[in-house]
Amino acid sequence: MDYETLKLVWWLLVGALLVGFAIMDGHDMGVGTLLPFVAKTDLERRVLLNTVAPHWEGNQVWFVTAGGAIFAAWPLVYATAFSGFYWAMMAALWALFFRPVGFTYRSKVHNPTWRSAWDWGLFIGGAVPPVIFGVAFGNLLLGVPFSFNDYLMSTYTGSFWDLLNPFSLLVGVVSLAMITTQGANYLMMRTEGDIYRRVRNASALASVVTLAGFAAAGVWVATAIPGYLITSAIDANALPDPLAKTVVVQAGAWMANYERWPLTIAVPALAFAGLLASLLFSRMKQAGLAFWSSSVASAGIIGTAGVSLFPFIMPSSTDPRSSLTVYDAVSSHFTLGLMLAATVIFLPLIVVYTSWCYKVMWGKVTTEFVAANDKSVY
Amino acid sequence: MITEELVDLSRLQFAVTALYHFLFVPLTIGLAVMLVVMELTYVITNRPVYKDMVRFWGKLFGINFALGVTTGITMEFQFGTNWAYYSHYVGDIFGAPLAIEGLMAFFLESTFIGLFFFGWDRLNKWQHFMVTVLMALGSNLSALWILIANGWMQNPVGSEFSFITMRMEMTDFWAVVFNPVAQAKFVHTVSAGYVTASLFVLGISSYYLLKGRDLEFARRSFRVAAGFGFASVLSVIVLGDESGYTVGEAQQTKMAAIEAMWETEPAPASFTVFAIPNEAEMRNDYALHIPYVMGLIGTRSLTKELPGIKEIKAKNHERILSGIHAVTALEALRKNRDDAAALALFEQHKADLGFGLLLKKYTVDVSQATPAMIQQAVDDTIPDVTPLFWSFRIMVALGFAFLALFSLALFYSIKGNFIEKKWLLRWALWFIPLPWVAAELGWVVAEYGRQPWTIYGVLPTHLSVSNLSVGNVYASLAGFVIFYTVLLVIEVYLMQKYARLGPASLGTGRYFGETRHGETAAVKPAHA
Repeated sequence: MDYETLKLVWWLLVGALLVGFAIMDGHDMGVGTLLPFVAKTDLERRVLLNTVAPHWEGNQVWFVTAGGAIFAAWPLVYATAFSGFYWAMMAALWALFFRPVGFTYRSKVHNPTWRSAWDWGLFIGGAVPPVIFGVAFGNLLLGVPFSFNDYLMSTYTGSFWDLLNPFSLLVGVVSLAMITTQGANYLMMRTEGDIYRRVRNASALASVVTLAGFAAAGVWVATAIPGYLITSAIDANALPDPLAKTVVVQAGAWMANYERWPLTIAVPALAFAGLLASLLFSRMKQAGLAFWSSSVASAGIIGTAGVSLFPFIMPSSTDPRSSLTVYDAVSSHFTLGLMLAATVIFLPLIVVYTSWCYKVMWGKVTTEFVAANDKSVY
Repeated sequence: MITEELVDLSRLQFAVTALYHFLFVPLTIGLAVMLVVMELTYVITNRPVYKDMVRFWGKLFGINFALGVTTGITMEFQFGTNWAYYSHYVGDIFGAPLAIEGLMAFFLESTFIGLFFFGWDRLNKWQHFMVTVLMALGSNLSALWILIANGWMQNPVGSEFSFITMRMEMTDFWAVVFNPVAQAKFVHTVSAGYVTASLFVLGISSYYLLKGRDLEFARRSFRVAAGFGFASVLSVIVLGDESGYTVGEAQQTKMAAIEAMWETEPAPASFTVFAIPNEAEMRNDYALHIPYVMGLIGTRSLTKELPGIKEIKAKNHERILSGIHAVTALEALRKNRDDAAALALFEQHKADLGFGLLLKKYTVDVSQATPAMIQQAVDDTIPDVTPLFWSFRIMVALGFAFLALFSLALFYSIKGNFIEKKWLLRWALWFIPLPWVAAELGWVVAEYGRQPWTIYGVLPTHLSVSNLSVGNVYASLAGFVIFYTVLLVIEVYLMQKYARLGPASLGTGRYFGETRHGETAAVKPAHA
């Protein structure tokens, strides 16, 4: 495979891993976000936790693997984004701390204060990372203040508070609502009774918020946020060197791809259609279809950010030529090929054995089940 | 602006979080395999006590695993957050094993750990056994890929530098995978994990035996731990990390520092049992030697010579002088790719590029480095001798103490009268924390001994850090310390709570401190 094709394939693959993360770890995080609100008693909360108990650990690896893949395939993005967004990353990391310990330790002690403290920990671990990742995406669309010297050492000149601008916060809300929809739809499949009724309403509310927020963010990008444009010739097969190009900031540039390749409109359309279908199916009590619809919506939403930015991954607002793109932020031809081979071998296996695990554990989790298995479940 | 304070803080944060992470890793790796052994015994013999063993030790495994996962994510984040230039410079090689670890190993381990805990009633016993096997396989493969990445830092094979992309790039994946340093590290580290888990089970079982409770459960657990631990401790010692020490200069430098071996000795070198290393005068006070032993450990031969510190320094001096040309030529090439003279000079000296970069700590313009700066850079290439010398010796002494303990535990297990040997049970109980001490010291030797490099001979530590303000790193370090302290207190609390509770925590009604109730009466032990 030639270098250009591999670079594009890796753009798709990183996207696929992020979508996998949003669908799989996303529904666990959605459960964490909903935990304090849709489950009132200790037993109800344990029902929620036990719907994801056998799976959240595996699902979290989508996140770890997406991180590892970005490290291996886009090392400059990994280096620049993680160090630039230092406090955002620390906040996401520290919020994630609450999940493994929260899930595992919560029900091991019979003390209401202990349990309620971990419930809020699980809420933080579920809600904070999606907000941060959304905010990060918002900032990618706005451009990030970093530049490279001759050694390709990056210097970031913004602060944590600069990340929290109105547009990025809106994207953060979209991200959180998207994950919450996903969690609520999952819970509809796995619960019954009072909890089911509450999560069904939560699903409707969350999908409406996602829809409205996504539409608002779209209008905002189309009308008020200038995009970036490469003005030098692109040699997609060249050895990656971000400093070899010239870039300008231009109004409307984030919409250019939709004009150039009209079929790409399908991506944001998929987001809207998925959200509407999720709303519809949750009203029709078709939990499974609602879950797949919101999964499609997640792919559409993440894909929309990707298509709008393309070929940029991380544009630089302070030194546009330092911007990172799918052509110049990537690993060597050899490593991209190697990593593609590894992904082609292992990703299908992962999907197969994960599905098997869900199949084994499938069914409604009830308060009776939790009470009867007090010592062996979460 | 990269200051020495920033570099030191970034190193401290990485060291603190990595050493903390490794409090949980060895027990995960080792207990997973022990659970396989116990469950295999269960599916073959059908005795419920073995199922209870899997479930009870599995519970403790779970308490430990949660923090292993929590602190593992920190490690992945930190390469990007605090070691950005490192991530750029070697991500092409270093990132690959990390990503493959996720795809091949961590997914496997984490997916099946869910079924391990929650699948008992939904799987038949062979299916559940397979789940446990896959979980253990995942955790051990995970160690393999992480140590391949780490081994590459010690002995960077299968890669070369590109001045256009300004980074190291992979040229031979299999060389990276079969890097002898990585393979030796893998065997040593994984075996150390098995020892840790064996001593954990041995010690807690001894506690029950000393208290005279849960005797059958504890006796069988003790036996499994004694056998498994004895095999593992032999593997740790015989297939020690030092079997990789003949390969690569990083390991030779480390070896010389560990040994406080200032002069090159005629082969086979002697082993210094005790000495007070005098770093200022580059000699040892009060040294006690055993002839031949070091040469045998270090080279597995009687004729191969191990270089001493003074010889290594002299060689590094030459390489730094050559590296100055490499850096100057590289900087010219970064300004103009077509500068043929610079390219020729670069090609001639590029093997020493990393050594030239060592001078960046003292001057921006390396071509203007003074002899004093060059001498400082040469001195930097040898890590501090005293901490390595002692860390290594304490680790080795502990290894032999474990060998003694497991030999006796196995001996009396076979004889069948270990319950009467109270001194042995007490020894096992009090030794529980020590494998952790040995493992942590092992990492100190391996990574402190790699200084001043992140990638030996390729990338100096002081160039690897992210360009952050010192205040940021102080604050995040404080955050980690607070979080990790609280988490450790909680973990140790739960661990000792459940260890004291014992198999009664399963609620089967068969164990110490439980009252029999209707539910469990139906499930009578088949061969009680």
